[in-house]
Amino acid sequence: MPENKAFILLFRSIHDVLRAEKMLKKQGVPHELVPVPRNLSSDCGMCIRLDSDATEIRRGLGGMEIDRSFAFDGENYEQIEL
Amino acid sequence: MIYLDNAATSFPKPAQTIEYLNSFVTNIGGNPGRSGHTLSLEAARVIFETREKLTAFIGMTDSERLIFTQNGTESLNMALLGLLREGDHVVTTRMEHNSVMRPLEFLSHERAVSYTAVPCSPEGFLDIDDIRVALRKNTAAVVINHGSNVTGTVQSLEGVKDAVGEAVLIVDACQTIGCMPVDMETIRADILCFSGHKSLFSVQGVGALYVRSGIELTPLKFGGTGSKSESIQHPTFLPDRYECGTPNTPGIASLLGGLTFIEKEGLGTIMDRKQALRRMLVDGLRAIPGVEVYGHKGPEGASFLATAAFNIEGRLPSDVGYELNRRSMYVRIGLHCAPMAHQTVGTFPNGSLRASPGYFTGEDDIRAFVEAVREIAGE
Repeated sequence: MPENKAFILLFRSIHDVLRAEKMLKKQGVPHELVPVPRNLSSDCGMCIRLDSDATEIRRGLGGMEIDRSFAFDGENYEQIEL
Repeated sequence: MIYLDNAATSFPKPAQTIEYLNSFVTNIGGNPGRSGHTLSLEAARVIFETREKLTAFIGMTDSERLIFTQNGTESLNMALLGLLREGDHVVTTRMEHNSVMRPLEFLSHERAVSYTAVPCSPEGFLDIDDIRVALRKNTAAVVINHGSNVTGTVQSLEGVKDAVGEAVLIVDACQTIGCMPVDMETIRADILCFSGHKSLFSVQGVGALYVRSGIELTPLKFGGTGSKSESIQHPTFLPDRYECGTPNTPGIASLLGGLTFIEKEGLGTIMDRKQALRRMLVDGLRAIPGVEVYGHKGPEGASFLATAAFNIEGRLPSDVGYELNRRSMYVRIGLHCAPMAHQTVGTFPNGSLRASPGYFTGEDDIRAFVEAVREIAGE
C-alpha cells in the first residue's frame, strides 16, 4: 500500500452517502463529501473522503456497507478492503 | 370561505409547508444525487432528511425502504402491480378506494389474479373472521383500507396480521396518517401506502410507501437514478430500485415542512382538535330533520376520522353541493372514487355529500356549515 494520505469511500447510492455522513457526524469522525473522482467511477455523484485511520472509520460507520474503498497517496488510488 | 374537503387534500397548509417549499425552490433547486455540486447535494439532503423523519414517523428505522411516490395511488399501484403474479389471489374489503380496486381489476384481466372483496357492516367495519374465511392457499396479499375516505371508519387492524399469516398485508393509510398514530410495528403492516398532501400537509404530488425487508417488488419504472451510471441494468438496491427519474423534490421539501409542523404541534393535539370538530359536525348534522350521517356509530372502542358522509332526504347530493358552493362552503359530492364503499353504506349510485374538516377549521366554520345545511334541508 502506498503511503496513505486519505481514504476515499464509494457508496452505492446518494442515500448511503448521506447515511454514512450522518453516522460519521454522530461518531465525531472528521470527513468530507467530495465528487467521485472520474478515474474511480463513472458515477456523477458524491463520495466520502476521510483522513482518519481505518479503525476509526470502521467504528464511525458501524458496519455499514461500503461499495468500494480506496487509499489515496496524493497521486494514486489503490483499492483496499477497509 | 369554508373549506371542508380535507379528506381530498388538506387546505390551507401550515406556514412550514410553504417555507420549506419556498426555501427549496429559491435557495437550493438542484437535481438530487445527480451531480457533484453543492446544490445537487443539498437537494439530496432534503430528501434524505425527509425520508429519515417520515420513516421514524411510521415507527420504522430502515429509511432506505421508504419509497417516495407521486401520491397514494402510485404507492398502491407499486405494491399491487409489483407484488402480484399470475394465478395469485388477493383478499380485500368492500370499503376500498378505486386506487385498490382498479389495479386489482387490471390484474384480474391481465395476469389472471383473482380477488375476494369481503363485506363490511353499513358503518364500514370489517370482521376479521371474514378475512380468515376468504384466504386461500394462493392468497399472496391482503389489502385493507385503514381509514375510509367515505365514512371515516377506522379499521382496527389488531389481529389482522395473525389472521393473514404468510400473505403480505398491504395497508392503505392515506386517510389515517397524520390524523392518528400509524405505527407499522403496532398494526403489523408489511407494506404501508399513503399520500403526503392530506394530513401530512405537503403540497400535492407526494406520496410514499414503506416495504418491509424480505418483500421484493418489481419496479413500475426504470431509468436514471444517479447511481451505477455505467450500467444499463437498473439498480437492485433501495431506494434507487423503486425511485428513478427526477423526483418531486420541492414537494418532498414541503412534506418535511409538514412533518416539522406536526412534530411542533404534537400528533395528540391534532387528533384531539379534529375529533372535537368531528363530534361537533356529526352531532350538528344529525340534529337536522331529514339529514342522515353514515357511519360514526359502532361497537365500543370504534373510531372515526373527521370525515362525515351525509345526505338530505329527497335531495340529490349534487344539488345540495351546488347550494353549499354558492355559500362558499366546499365539500365533496358523489362517490368519492369508492363505489364499493358506497354500496356497503347503501348510498350507491347517487353517493353522498362529504364534509371533512381539517386542523385549521374553526368551530365557527362548523356552526355556519351546519346552519347552512339546516337552511338547505328546510327549503
